[in-house]
Amino acid sequence: MTDLRLAFLSDFADALDFIFNTREAQTGGVEVGGLAEVLDFTWEHVKISAVATGIACGVAIPVGLGLGHAGKGELLAISISNVGRAVPSLALIAFFVAYLGVGFTNVTLALVLLALPPILTNTYVGVRQVDRDVIDAGRGMGLRPDQVVRRIELPLALPSIFGGIRTSAVNVVATATIAPLAGVLTLGDYILSANVYGQDGRLAGAMLVALLAIAVELFFAAMQRLAVPRGLALQQPAG
Amino acid sequence: MLAQVEIRERSGESCIARNDFCPGWIVDNFDRYTDPLVEHVFLTVAAVACGFAIAFALAMLARRQRWLVGPIVGITGVLYTLPSLAVFFLLLPITGRGTTTALIALTAYTLQILFRNIVTGLDNVPADARDAGLGMGLTDRQLLWRVELPLALPDIVAGLRIATTTTVGLATLAVFAGAGGLGEQIVTGSNITFKTGVVAAGGLAVLLALALDVVLLTVQRLLTPWRRAQPA
Amino acid sequence: MSGEAAARSASTAAPVEFRHATKRYRGQAEDALEDLSLSVNAGEICVLVGPSGCGKTTALRLVNRMIELTDGDILIDAASIRTRAPAELRRHIGYVIQQIGLFPHLTIGDNVGVVPRLLGWDRRRILRRVEELLELVSLPADMRDRFPAQLSGGQRQRVGVARALAADPPLMLMDEPFGAVDPINRERLQNQFLRLQSEIRKTILFVTHDIDEAIKMGDRVAVMQKGGVLAQYAPPAELLMSPVNDFVEDFVGADRALKRLSLIRVRDVDLWQAPPARVGEPTAAVRARIAAADLPHPLVVDAEGRPRGWMSERDLARETVPERPDSAPDPLIDADGVLRDALSDLLQSDTQYGPVVDGRGRAAGVLSVEIISHFLSSPEATEQTTDPAARATT
Repeated sequence: MTDLRLAFLSDFADALDFIFNTREAQTGGVEVGGLAEVLDFTWEHVKISAVATGIACGVAIPVGLGLGHAGKGELLAISISNVGRAVPSLALIAFFVAYLGVGFTNVTLALVLLALPPILTNTYVGVRQVDRDVIDAGRGMGLRPDQVVRRIELPLALPSIFGGIRTSAVNVVATATIAPLAGVLTLGDYILSANVYGQDGRLAGAMLVALLAIAVELFFAAMQRLAVPRGLALQQPAG
Repeated sequence: MLAQVEIRERSGESCIARNDFCPGWIVDNFDRYTDPLVEHVFLTVAAVACGFAIAFALAMLARRQRWLVGPIVGITGVLYTLPSLAVFFLLLPITGRGTTTALIALTAYTLQILFRNIVTGLDNVPADARDAGLGMGLTDRQLLWRVELPLALPDIVAGLRIATTTTVGLATLAVFAGAGGLGEQIVTGSNITFKTGVVAAGGLAVLLALALDVVLLTVQRLLTPWRRAQPA
Repeated sequence: MSGEAAARSASTAAPVEFRHATKRYRGQAEDALEDLSLSVNAGEICVLVGPSGCGKTTALRLVNRMIELTDGDILIDAASIRTRAPAELRRHIGYVIQQIGLFPHLTIGDNVGVVPRLLGWDRRRILRRVEELLELVSLPADMRDRFPAQLSGGQRQRVGVARALAADPPLMLMDEPFGAVDPINRERLQNQFLRLQSEIRKTILFVTHDIDEAIKMGDRVAVMQKGGVLAQYAPPAELLMSPVNDFVEDFVGADRALKRLSLIRVRDVDLWQAPPARVGEPTAAVRARIAAADLPHPLVVDAEGRPRGWMSERDLARETVPERPDSAPDPLIDADGVLRDALSDLLQSDTQYGPVVDGRGRAAGVLSVEIISHFLSSPEATEQTTDPAARATT
């Protein structure tokens, strides 16, 4: 029993070693591992995730705000969310690879599609949940529709919107792990190409991806907390 | 390479040679998908069932000790955040390759949504119904099973539906843990560039998710006849 | 149903006694309930009334151990509540709360049958009992298969009462049971409940913040003050005529004379008689009856004896009594209601008199503002009808 326990602890130790020190590839010839490579892959991972999430926000938030303000398309907003959940990320990436080939743009496109539903739905719901009386008061004071959106609905819907961005960002980071299948080398390459990086590399990749996901989650949780207008935060209990 | 030649020989159509989308091929070669589909269904149902059992037990604990809700949501939240692919390989040194590893990861992923929805469902039971129930002489246990859980069903099933659809999606990655599933038809060999195959496997996963969703929704409708009653 | 069920119920009503009952919460300066001692006779309605924070609901909830006593005891039928397990105790006490708390996921029939089922009755017995109870609270039998969401507030209230009566408990606890209903329906529900009580004669502990309701409903009323202190426990007439301190006097209100009207039931009063006119009768016969009646306007009733309206001169000039007379019969006054409610109905309709109808809607005389003001001015008349026993029986 003790042997087994020690065994996997040493596996993790080896993985840590992989992150910090270079070594020869399993397939021979090249040097792999080490901090420089790790940081390169991490940057690639973060880059594609950020771009995809950013574009998704740019599309989903205005649409969500518009639909929410008008009160239309509830069925659409909810259905998009349900269908979006049902589509496996792997299938999505594979679909784009099969039809559009490999490359940064194609993968980004797939990730944008993945990121859209939570942001769209949360923006829509966030706007719908704004107190009707407040909107009424705003209109009564003479605010134009676009001003109502910008000054009342958007700030009050921000916590919900940030919740959606948070969900999407974590999903995108998770899916970016399989981006190497499409030719974009993220941290996932350590996992998918274990024949090159070895078992240590694979475990290291897993650890790094996990840490990155948690970091992203914590980051957006903090953003969500900061996004709540002070007045609202005082009204409602935390969390 | 060999696999692709094999495919072409089997259907003998030039559609495949062009790597277009060929529905005919899917019909001809459907037996390729039956085993992965069965594995996929098994993985999904088993993971959601285990997840539900654990989440339910946790919810029962948290029902008495309310302070537990925060920490449990937090811990299950971490499990939810970890990408399942990463979890497969983090578990590898401990549980090895295979279905067990995949199941552990998939189950862990469902915990947060299931736990939250069970707790919310129970919290949404009208306070006056609870007061009347206790006042009439129901024991705490009877109150739970005869009043609170039936009334919490819609929220609980909503959680089950979300958990099921996401698990179907994630189970496509189970192939990386060596547990088979529809993902096998997407990732192994050069399948990823095989348009028809990708659409078939992906499409089947989506259909499976929608089918399970409908089943759960129907079950909920059957178990909650009072919600269909029109208000006076 | 009445006879045998009443006989059964009367024998199962239990007396309740509070013996120095006290409830103290940690960290609170004042007691929620301080040393309450009072006795409720079997078959009586005891109303606990007072401002919020006076402990009336606390006292009620101590009886079925929804809250536990800090000190003292409560005896039901001379047995201490402490000797019984809470769940078991509660199955033999009817419990009606303000929001009713019907289970949304059960049909009305299943809701009513909850306690019998807990007690292990067999299906057929439960079904029969549900039928009995629905009739008792004047709800149609087919309501059994409906869900609470399909009922109106007043109907749900009645189901709540039926549910509390299901296992034929010797004691009923009611916490502002008619509070969530609009004033018009509340009056109706109160009257129906008093009618019911006259049949089943249960011991009832009733909590309300409304002094008028307390006077109308209670055989004896316990007025409570803030801090859980009992100020006065007496029949309503005594409260009105001899309030024991300033608090009770203020709480009962300055309009005590008007409140006395809540003590008198319409059916206990000498009503006027209008010349009766049946639909289709020749008007000559009706005209002949006018001289002998208390008022000159004939009241048209249908075949079942229900009022259809008042006849005008024009109506009398016809051959036969018309089906639809010129004047509507409103307001219809409930014979089981109290004079105070009747007066307010009459004043609201801007009429001097109205037909009195019984539980089935049949005409039973005419009540006028004149009769009522007679009671306001002659104290002997009020004393005559304030005997609780006489008041409750019909």
